[in-house]
Amino acid sequence: MAATEPSPTLHPPTLQRKSSGKKFISYWRKTWPLHVLLLPAVVIALIYNYTPMFGIIIAFMDYRPWLGFSGSPWVGWENFEYLFGYRDARQVIWNTVLIASLKILMQMFVPVIFALLLNEIRIIWYKRTAQTLVYLPHFLSWVILGGIFVDILSIRGGIVNRFLGVFGIEPIFFLANGDWFRITVILSDIWKDFGFSAIIFLAAIAGINPALYEAAAIDGANRWQQVMRITVPGIMPIFIVVVTLSLGRVLDAGFDQIFNLYNPLVYEKGDIIDTFVYRVGLQGAQFSFATAVGLFKSVIGFILIVISYRMAYKWAGYRIF
Amino acid sequence: MHYRSTSYTIFQIVNYVLIGVLSLLCILPLLHILAVSLSSREAATANIVNFWPVGFTLAAYEQTIGNENFLRALMIGFQRTILGTIVSMSIITMAAYSLSKSNLRFQGRNIYAWFFIFMMLFSGGLIPTYLVVTKTGIYDTIWALVIPSAVNVWNMILMLNFFRNLPGELEEAALIDGAGHFTTLFRIYIPVSLPAIATMTLFTMVFHWNSWFDGIIYLTKLQDYPLASFLHTVVVKENFNEVGVDLENLQQISNRTVKASQIFIGALPILLVYPFLQRYFVKGIVLGSVKE
Repeated sequence: MAATEPSPTLHPPTLQRKSSGKKFISYWRKTWPLHVLLLPAVVIALIYNYTPMFGIIIAFMDYRPWLGFSGSPWVGWENFEYLFGYRDARQVIWNTVLIASLKILMQMFVPVIFALLLNEIRIIWYKRTAQTLVYLPHFLSWVILGGIFVDILSIRGGIVNRFLGVFGIEPIFFLANGDWFRITVILSDIWKDFGFSAIIFLAAIAGINPALYEAAAIDGANRWQQVMRITVPGIMPIFIVVVTLSLGRVLDAGFDQIFNLYNPLVYEKGDIIDTFVYRVGLQGAQFSFATAVGLFKSVIGFILIVISYRMAYKWAGYRIF
Repeated sequence: MHYRSTSYTIFQIVNYVLIGVLSLLCILPLLHILAVSLSSREAATANIVNFWPVGFTLAAYEQTIGNENFLRALMIGFQRTILGTIVSMSIITMAAYSLSKSNLRFQGRNIYAWFFIFMMLFSGGLIPTYLVVTKTGIYDTIWALVIPSAVNVWNMILMLNFFRNLPGELEEAALIDGAGHFTTLFRIYIPVSLPAIATMTLFTMVFHWNSWFDGIIYLTKLQDYPLASFLHTVVVKENFNEVGVDLENLQQISNRTVKASQIFIGALPILLVYPFLQRYFVKGIVLGSVKE
C-alpha cells in the first residue's frame, strides 16, 4: 500500500498538516461515493462468496442439517481419509484429471493450428463466414448441445451412426460405453470451443508488423518459411500464456457438459469431481463428505492457478490487471 | 503475395476445403435438429431426415407452443434473463467505476481489488454455497438465480479497464464543473461507454439464458423452472417422474420432432443476439490489429 500516499495535486500541502482525524474526514468527504458504489457488490460477495468459504468447516464435521453448525459433531480428517480410501472417489479424481488433461492438450494445439490455417485464407468473405460459423457453438449451452448430441449420437438411427454406416462401420454406443463416452466428451468439447479459442491467436497474428513479411518475401522466403519464421514466433508469447493458464484447470473437466451427456451406464468412466459432489452431496445428502471433496478440488485448483499465473507472468509478462 | 509455387497452390486448395468442412461441422448438428423439428413424425421415426425436412410440417412447433409447461418455462427464462441482466449490470458498472480510479485518488482501492480477485480464484464449493442460499431466504425464488451470480468479477475487470482507458480530461472537466462521482458516472462515463456496456450486457444475457444448474438446485418445483433448467430436466434427462405427466403426455414429450423443436426454440434467442455479439468481436480483433 506504499503507492497510496495522497498525491500533492489532489491534497494541497495545507491539508497534509492536518491531524489524522481531520485527514480522514477530508478523505471520506472526497471518496464516500466510491465506497457507496462498491457497496452492493461487496455485500453480495460477502454473503454468497465469502460466507460459503467459512462453510467449508463442515468438511471437518459430520454435518446434520437439523443439528446445524453448532450442534454437529467434529470428525477431524475423517471425511478426507474416506475420500482417499474410497475406491469410487479415487476413480472420480482419476477420471477428472484424465478428461481435463486431454481437453487441455486439444485446446492447446487445435485453436492455434486453426488460426494459422485460417490466416492463409485470402478471400475475405470466405474467411468471415468461416469465423462466424465456428464461433457459434461457443454461445450455445450444454443443455441445448446435450439435447442435440443425444439425438445425433443415438445408436438407433442417430445421424452420426447412419453416416458411419455408409462406410460399413457398426453403430457405436457413443454415450453408453465408458471409453466412447470419454472420447465423445473430449471431441465435443474441442468442437464447441476451438473457433472461439482461436480468436486470441487471430488477434495476435493481426498484430504482427506486415513489414516483416515484405522483408522476408524480398529475401526470398516462401510462404511456409514466412509462417515458421515470422507468424509462429510472433504468436509464441500468447501461446505460452494460454498453455500456462490452462494448468489451473486440471481438476475442471467441465461439469455442464458431462452432466448433460452422461447417464448411469457411464458413471464409472465419466463421473468427475463436480458431478460426484452433486450426486453424493445434494442428491445423497452427504453434505460433509461432498464438501470435503469440493474443498480438495478448490484448494488444489487455487494452488495450480496461483502457480500458473506466476509462470505466465514470469515467461510472458502476463497479468490479469 | 509475390511468391507462388505449385506446392503452395495445392496447400491453398486443401486449406480452403478443410476450413469449409470445419465451418460446416459447427452448424450441421443445429441444421439437423432444425430439419427434424420441421419433419413429419413418421419421417423422423424412420430416421430418414438429414439436413432438409422430410414431409414438412409445423405440427411439432404447434404442439410445443401449445404446451403450457413449455410456455411457462420460456416466460420464466425471459424474466430471469432480464432481471438478472439488470441487477448484474448495475452492480458491475458501479463497482467498476470505483475500481477504475487510481490508487492515488482512491485509497483502499487495492483492498477492494484483492477482495474480488480472491473470490475469483477460490470458492467454498457447491455444498456450502447451497447451504448459504437456503439460509438467506431466497431459496425457491427467482432471486436465487439472480443474486448469487450477480457479481461477475471477470466482466467487472473488463469494464474497469474500459473506463480506465477513457481520456482523463473527461472526468477532470466534469469535476471542475462541480459534478460529483455519481453525476460523472451516470451522465458522462455510462453514455460514452455504450459499446463496452452493450458487450457486457450481451454476455450477461447469454449467461442467464444458458444457466440451468442453479434452477435445478435452488428451485423445488418444475413449474418454476426457467427454460434452460426445464429443457435439461424434460428434454435431455427425460426425467418423467418429476414432470408427473400421464402416459399420453409422455408419448408427446418423447416424440422426437417435438423434442427437436423445443431444443431449437431454446437456442433461438442466442441465434438472434449472435449477429450483434459477432460484430463486437470483429471490432475487437480490428482494434487489436491497429495496436502495435
